[in-house]
Amino acid sequence: MDSSTRRVYAENFKELKSALSPEDALVEANRCLWCYDAPCAKACPTHIDIPRFIKQIASGNLAGSAKTILEANALGHSCARACPVEVLCEGACVYHEWQERPIEIARLQRRATDALHQNGSRPFEPGPDNGRKAAVVGAGPAGLSCAAYLRRLGFAVTLFDREKTPGGLNTHGIAEYKMTQRVSLDEVKRLLGLGIESRLGKEIGRDIPAEKLLADFDAVFLGCGLGATRKLGIPGEGLRGVWDALSFIRFVKERNLKPLGKSRVTVVLGGGNTAVDTVTQSKRTGAERVILAYRRGREDMGAYDFEVELAKSDGAEFLWNAAPTKILGKTKVEGIEFCRTQIRQGRVVAIPGSKFKLACDRVVKAVGQEKNRSLAESLGLKTDSDGRLKADPETLGTSNPKVFAGGDAVNGGAEVVNAAADGKRAAWAIWRYLNPGLPPPPGNDYWVSTIEGRLVAPIPERGGRGHHG
Amino acid sequence: MADLSTDCAGIKSPNPFWLASAPPTNSGEQIMRAFDYGWGGAVWKTLGFDPPVINATSRYGAITIGGLKMAGFNNIELITDRPLEDNLREVAQVKKRYPKNAVIVSLMVPCEKKAWHEIVERSVDAGADGLELNFGCPHGMSERGMGAAVGQVPDYVKMVTEYVKEKSTVPVLVKLTPNITDVRYSARAARAGGADGVSLINTINSIMGVDLETMRPKFSVGGLAAHGGYCGPAVKPIALHMLSSIATDPETRGLPMSGIGGISNWADAAEFMLLGASSVQLCTAVMHYGYRIIEELTSGLSDWMDGKGFKKVSDFVGMTAPSIVGWKKLNLHHKTVSRIHPEKCIGCQLCYIACNDTAHQCIAVDRKNGSRVPYVIEEDCVGCNLCSLVCPVEGCITMEEVKTGKQPLTWEQYTAAGMAGYGEVYKRMHS
Repeated sequence: MDSSTRRVYAENFKELKSALSPEDALVEANRCLWCYDAPCAKACPTHIDIPRFIKQIASGNLAGSAKTILEANALGHSCARACPVEVLCEGACVYHEWQERPIEIARLQRRATDALHQNGSRPFEPGPDNGRKAAVVGAGPAGLSCAAYLRRLGFAVTLFDREKTPGGLNTHGIAEYKMTQRVSLDEVKRLLGLGIESRLGKEIGRDIPAEKLLADFDAVFLGCGLGATRKLGIPGEGLRGVWDALSFIRFVKERNLKPLGKSRVTVVLGGGNTAVDTVTQSKRTGAERVILAYRRGREDMGAYDFEVELAKSDGAEFLWNAAPTKILGKTKVEGIEFCRTQIRQGRVVAIPGSKFKLACDRVVKAVGQEKNRSLAESLGLKTDSDGRLKADPETLGTSNPKVFAGGDAVNGGAEVVNAAADGKRAAWAIWRYLNPGLPPPPGNDYWVSTIEGRLVAPIPERGGRGHHG
Repeated sequence: MADLSTDCAGIKSPNPFWLASAPPTNSGEQIMRAFDYGWGGAVWKTLGFDPPVINATSRYGAITIGGLKMAGFNNIELITDRPLEDNLREVAQVKKRYPKNAVIVSLMVPCEKKAWHEIVERSVDAGADGLELNFGCPHGMSERGMGAAVGQVPDYVKMVTEYVKEKSTVPVLVKLTPNITDVRYSARAARAGGADGVSLINTINSIMGVDLETMRPKFSVGGLAAHGGYCGPAVKPIALHMLSSIATDPETRGLPMSGIGGISNWADAAEFMLLGASSVQLCTAVMHYGYRIIEELTSGLSDWMDGKGFKKVSDFVGMTAPSIVGWKKLNLHHKTVSRIHPEKCIGCQLCYIACNDTAHQCIAVDRKNGSRVPYVIEEDCVGCNLCSLVCPVEGCITMEEVKTGKQPLTWEQYTAAGMAGYGEVYKRMHS
């Protein structure tokens, strides 16, 4: 890395949320009220018992705290950084009702899992061999989560990923100022340490026939995510300087800025969190002007408000109701042509005669990823009209009884924590599919109880006092 | 502005705030600095005969509760480790430069008449405004037959107090140990011996904890620990109880008291004074923050007195003591119930789980309507306060009196009347 790149990362990619000092963590942990039937734990898709792990920090039991977190969410280390906690646990904190700052759950969670990773201790052991083999396709959050819980249940697990570096979007797709690649790789290392056999750089359908997967394993979990960024289908898409957001972010994450070239004006197309991330990262890697163009209005943007605010504070400009019609240039991008749009009955309608041009030297497409149809087809699995794998919400079972699926491949693209929750749910469903009616092996009750969220102890509606007539 | 000057057992000071006999009053230089800040008086770190004691290292320990440092504090330090001559010379210097501030000299010598006569004479000659007999120190000195070893035997308390009174021309306070079952016996003995007042409480026997890494005692001296004297905010209610038991005992009622025990701010001090203390002594809070806290103490007390219309401290000293009574004098027909104010509720449900698991099962949550706001089943509520105590939001749960329309009835009246009406009372409490 040259010195200018190093400076870019040192200055512009500092963590947005720094680690809590031990003293601050204690103060913050003691601020937690320890709500009964806590809303934060309900809001977490993996239902981490948040008050419990926070009180464990308060009592000086960091190892126990990390265990509470990782029982419910095998990816708790990365979720402490990658989660949009503003709309999940921290958004549900009762302190909001008080017009006060919510508990900093993410930073407390990080305090516990950082400590665990620093001392290198392993919170869980694999279960005794149960004689069954499971294949997990995709070493991203869904697959890693599923593989980890399957190991705890005693399965022999083989994890496939088409990439040589594991972690999926956790490794390649989360903005560095939210989570460094190192965090994802540390977490992967801990999880693989449960005895997961990994076959990296192997794509099902290309390197390994899909049928072999079904033949060689007792159960298969698909956590293969989505495919390439969608095509715009407009002229100029092949010009030099046109990027898809995932490749762009990947170079930024790998701290390899050279291939991206310099940019005076970058236009990012899209309205989701990836688009906003891309705008922010373009600006932070040196683009002088960054413009996010979305074919709908602000109110239709899928991105979280706090992400949009971050982009704004970085100086991003926003162009609403503008649909790209042509990318201009001879060999490389020189500009982009848009037409103005209106939304009529929910649909985007071009306004005739409204075309306009914008000079730019880089266009990044963040318009969503295509579905991984080929794998579904080769395994003969049902998909919905959008191409998403169909899976039972309770078991995540697909149309093939031995195949389960979760994460982006099923939900079309959501958060790391949703994928982690899916992986956990599917692992338990795979156990039940292969061992109907059998309880889990010892040591697995706790995480299984977190799948639907731990139920509060039933209290009789009208008191338990003996002398109530 | 209210007049903060006070007279405690004949010892006058410009305000009721004295530094307790402890490390903050170890030398004349320190005490003069404290007086510059505005302290009303200082009780000199206990004097004894030469050769001075030898202290151990380490000496202090503390516990942190919920992030509050020094919530409880303890020490194994002995009396002054400086020569008697040095201390007495400094007493004279301080008195000369600060004639209006109270300098009380704390004393501890073996239980012999001659010894006490000598040290009393020398202290009075040095210019002490008063004497405080250290019958409370629970560690080290007590093993040598002094401190708490005297305070725990009422006969000794009386005897030594008599020795001191034979010689002293200044007021004498007896400092009482809390390490006994009933402090009233010691207070009665002090009064019988002629004490002008008592000061309490001294520190409580304590072990501060165990280090879970090494399995050794916390705050040890090379791996061994001796019990020390416990003080700080955590002990305040214990001190208030002992103080009020002397204030309300027919044999000691009216005996001047200097209040000690966990006073951290002006409000704590006002509480001690309302229960009968005409001066208060502080140490832990000073050891935490320094002499400067006196500014907050005097301004806070003065503002509160102004707000309440008290012109001088004697307007309210002891005012609350008559309200401390035996349980048998409480009105069994008094009824309060909990009221949850939904507009203030943040939905933490701490009241709900506390009431249902540990109190009287009269708070419920309507899970069907999805609200997190609990409600009180008023007819079941016994008015125990627990919900309002655990509630984090000020004013969200209030305890409100419900008129029963019944004549007051105490256990005392009730048993005197052959427990007539028992069924009625029981029914009210339990149906």
